[in-house]
Amino acid sequence: MNATVTSWYESSARARAQLLLDPGSLLEFIGPEMREVSPHLQVFDLPEQFDDGILVGRGTLNGMPVFIAAQEGRFMGGAFGEVHGAKLTGLLRAAKAIASMPVLILFDTGGVRLQEANAGELAIAEIMRAVIEARMAGAKVIGLIGGRAGCYGGGGLTAACCSALVVSEQGRIAVSGPEVIETNRGVEELDSRDRALVWRTMGGKHRRLIGGADLFADDTAQDFRNAALELLRGAAPFTIDTLNAEQARLEERLRRFGNCHDAVDIWTAQGIAHAESVPALPADRFIALADSIQKPLRDAR
Amino acid sequence: MEDLTFRHTVRARAGGTRRLAITGVVASGNLEVLVERVLPETECLLEIKTAAEGFGQVWSAVIADFVDRYSPGGLRLSINDGGARPDTVSLRLAQAIRLMEAAP
Repeated sequence: MNATVTSWYESSARARAQLLLDPGSLLEFIGPEMREVSPHLQVFDLPEQFDDGILVGRGTLNGMPVFIAAQEGRFMGGAFGEVHGAKLTGLLRAAKAIASMPVLILFDTGGVRLQEANAGELAIAEIMRAVIEARMAGAKVIGLIGGRAGCYGGGGLTAACCSALVVSEQGRIAVSGPEVIETNRGVEELDSRDRALVWRTMGGKHRRLIGGADLFADDTAQDFRNAALELLRGAAPFTIDTLNAEQARLEERLRRFGNCHDAVDIWTAQGIAHAESVPALPADRFIALADSIQKPLRDAR
Repeated sequence: MEDLTFRHTVRARAGGTRRLAITGVVASGNLEVLVERVLPETECLLEIKTAAEGFGQVWSAVIADFVDRYSPGGLRLSINDGGARPDTVSLRLAQAIRLMEAAP
């Protein structure tokens, strides 16, 4: 596998982790041979996966020791079940204990696995607490989003707790997914079949432009690797000043764009000429545009 | 769900020295294969959990073809199946053998 030509979107969780880290450095914890499968899926007569849809482990990134978690978006939409969640919680608690090792979370999830909903919701609460506690101890937690399931539900909430995020065009970040919004609020609120609307509302380009994600990556493992390295260098320490800066950033965003009805209105308000052409921009031109409009913040989150 | 077990005596040990490999994913029309080099060199064991019930004869034929073609001696193959077609199963099994032959 060659990281420069391998699509992040098309890769498995294990391939992403291997390509992101230094070659041969990945050491998996509680690997598939341990068979720590979901205790709930059997009740529903559903097939299990040996790693319950998430890889956790450690390795090195340019020689620097890191913890890593990678969700498999093709197994039950990358959803958080009891074991899946416990593996990530445990990894984050290890990061808190060691404090100096950053955590890379390769999100690819639709949120909580509804077949084990209570355990999954509890897992999300534990994970968010563990992210914050790891950051308080001094560990940076970086989220990487560009998988087929996007990053929704509790995954979106957890991503919002991270030190910094990198997203690709294919990545989507939100809490309620488009089908959920349409089901609850009607097609007038959001037409989930309008893929262009979904992408410009939740997709990676929009998230980068409004500051929801710190960096934009092209859809290759190498681009995600470069972005992870940059974010590990730049992410702010977790202090009261950081939280105050994040609050100010969100208030300012609401003040500037709160009355916009569509992402294109926001991009226009940001001063982008021909904002309607943003979705069609190739990655390099988009990154240049985004860097000129929305400098990656280094003091917030 | 249906559990199937196939045990074969084979002519030679599987190539390579890797102890463990995994390929595939549990999704609709897909499967994961976990391979472990844990058995005597003339034995091969396949343990399958499949979401598609009633296809034991098809599995038996696909496995017999696989064993004949690759002689996977010493390997225990554990499969979680999301209803994959026989050609996908054959492909994943071949990938699993190739991974075990790769440099550690």
